[in-house]
Amino acid sequence: MKEILSLFITFLKIGAFTFGGGYAMIPLIQHEMVEKKKWLTNEEMVDIIAIAESTPGVLAVNTATFVGYKIGKFWGSFFATLGVILPSMIIITIISVFFEDFLKYEYVIYAFKGIRACVAALILHAALRIAKHFPKTAFSYILVVVALVASIILQIRTTYIILFGLAIGIVSQMIVAKIKQSKAKTEEKL
Amino acid sequence: MILLELFYVFFFIGLLTIGGGYAMIPMIKDEVVARGWMSLEELLNFFAIAESTPGPFAVNTATMVGFSQAGIIGAIVATLSVVLPSFIIILIIAKCITNFLKYKQVKWALDGVKPIVTGLIIGVVLNLIVNNVLGLTKVLDLFDKPLLIEAVDYMSLAIMITMFLVKMKFKQLNPIFMIIISAILGILIYGVML
Repeated sequence: MKEILSLFITFLKIGAFTFGGGYAMIPLIQHEMVEKKKWLTNEEMVDIIAIAESTPGVLAVNTATFVGYKIGKFWGSFFATLGVILPSMIIITIISVFFEDFLKYEYVIYAFKGIRACVAALILHAALRIAKHFPKTAFSYILVVVALVASIILQIRTTYIILFGLAIGIVSQMIVAKIKQSKAKTEEKL
Repeated sequence: MILLELFYVFFFIGLLTIGGGYAMIPMIKDEVVARGWMSLEELLNFFAIAESTPGPFAVNTATMVGFSQAGIIGAIVATLSVVLPSFIIILIIAKCITNFLKYKQVKWALDGVKPIVTGLIIGVVLNLIVNNVLGLTKVLDLFDKPLLIEAVDYMSLAIMITMFLVKMKFKQLNPIFMIIISAILGILIYGVML
């Protein structure tokens, strides 16, 4: 019980004080869980991050759920997740209440024109960051172009394009594995 | 039945977001703009706020979109929906699959989806450039709508390129700082200069 409350408060703190989303949270979670509370070893933490990164969903939530489960089973994960999303929900709801009125001022409109240009730049930078983490093969680059054409020219729904990506990743590697296998077999025969 | 719609839109967004908050941008844009919930411009304002407030980007955006459609209840429904797939999947993995990362299919799927997401995000950026700079709604409009030279916003393009180069040069630079600088630039350029 005491542990779960402590989990909740820790993740509340992490949710309230990290800017920049999931990746920015990782060092903080590591500090709290491994160094301060000693709930997890460094190896466990590395494993958790690797799993959180390779499963669908919100990275911060994935990490919170996993850490919470390790420490307090279902209720641990429940309160860790609630803790990490609660500050966002409260802060954003308050901002949303005032935002519409705020946008009526002329200079705010000008400021947001500048901001939107900046957000476009940040989004492009994010694309390059993701690009760092896939294998640099011709096949990968073809997939980048396929996704681009499918979304902006063919206007196929993003959901389908992503599902296609998951499927093609598995199918293409299965084919590669098959080819390698048969090659090895023929070499054996020789 | 806006709440039900918010639920399944954000549930699927949560389910198919792979690789952190920004990876969800193409899907949010696709769903939210196509449903007529808001314009691309309004959504971009939301992204700016989500980026400059604490908390996960995905949660911030979901809360804001939910609030804009159905008030506080909408905010709660959208946020819980975007979080639910993560919660369920991780619970299952934590409970049943101890050696999840040993399945090579997981890595294969990720290697396939990451280039796809990269392409999708570049697509969004192209749309944003067409939208911010040329005043058109989407890239396809380039082919069938006349381009108004006087409507072209070179300043927006200039801010975009500058900020991109700044971020490339100083990778650790806080995005909030960049957003504030761009806001000041916006006021100076559109309010004072032009």
